[in-house]
Amino acid sequence: MKPGDVLGLLCLHFAGLSLLAFGGASAVIPEMFRFVVETEHWMSAREFTDLFAIGQAAPGPNVLIVTLLGWHVAGLAGALLATLAFSIPGAVLAYGVTRVWQRLRNAAWQARFKAGLAPITVGLIAATATILAGTANQTLTAMAVTAVSACIALHTSLNPLWLLAAGAALGMLGVV
Amino acid sequence: MKPSDRATRPTLAELFAGFLTISLQAFGGALPWARREIVEKRGWLGADEFTDLLGLCQFLPGPNVGNLSVAVGARFRGVPGAIAAFLGLYAIPVAIVIALGALYDRYGNVALLRDALGGIAAVAAGLIAAMALKMAQPLLARRSLRALAFLLLTLGSITLLHLPLALVMAVLTPLSILLAKEAA
Repeated sequence: MKPGDVLGLLCLHFAGLSLLAFGGASAVIPEMFRFVVETEHWMSAREFTDLFAIGQAAPGPNVLIVTLLGWHVAGLAGALLATLAFSIPGAVLAYGVTRVWQRLRNAAWQARFKAGLAPITVGLIAATATILAGTANQTLTAMAVTAVSACIALHTSLNPLWLLAAGAALGMLGVV
Repeated sequence: MKPSDRATRPTLAELFAGFLTISLQAFGGALPWARREIVEKRGWLGADEFTDLLGLCQFLPGPNVGNLSVAVGARFRGVPGAIAAFLGLYAIPVAIVIALGALYDRYGNVALLRDALGGIAAVAAGLIAAMALKMAQPLLARRSLRALAFLLLTLGSITLLHLPLALVMAVLTPLSILLAKEAA
């Protein structure tokens, strides 16, 4: 496949995903994984998880995974275009809707739409966690780290950066 | 004082700078920092206005905080404002992440780095699991069988059946909305 084709395919796919990403980038990670690793074989599962980890460790919105996937698949152009492809459709929609927001407010269908979408969004995010845990947790200690991190995140308001740093340290020490 | 008074109406430069600041603090997700910067530090929006706008952005597809930057920027300065806010949010993180991506390409096979990334990935998976559980709490509290069913159907189709997302959503979303009786 020519590099131009790869880039085009990547951007097209991400642009489409952008419009399905209710609940943010995290909800469509399983689909990105399916496309990039399983369908197109542009990288291994391990590489995908590594790139995801980098995206989490860096500051900024969660959408950065898209930048990294674009970089890995098609260099600088890939990184920038993938990010734009993923962000712009949603942004244009957001711009349009904020203009008419005042008029659409309190429409009864909105509550129903939200209620209908909510369990699906949660299901997608749960799927993201499952897929990532699946590739990251090859050992018992890794599973423990995931479980403990989830508990801490649920019950405290500790800045996740500390947890990520601890994870990196544990990894380097060979514990995970 | 009305929140849309001239005094608190940001300029293009301020929109850019404000979202730049948010982006630099946004580890593991930008939304809490966005609220802090926009409502508490800069007073661009009141608490209720922010919640409203955020609700709208969560209602729409696409990266939440990205949509928020567009919504906030557009509200004060139209299209130029939306662009300024968007660029402020993404400029530095994208640059950092590309640099990290390049380092990964070079050194990704170095054992120590792989191990560190493995540890980070394990933690990150836990963080996302926590997010899913937090989001599930209000759903489960309402004891809605429908909600639980669609949650599990979605989870199963994606993780067990490896079905494409578009298909899963095209089938499940209309069904879930049709069956939804309670308000959000």
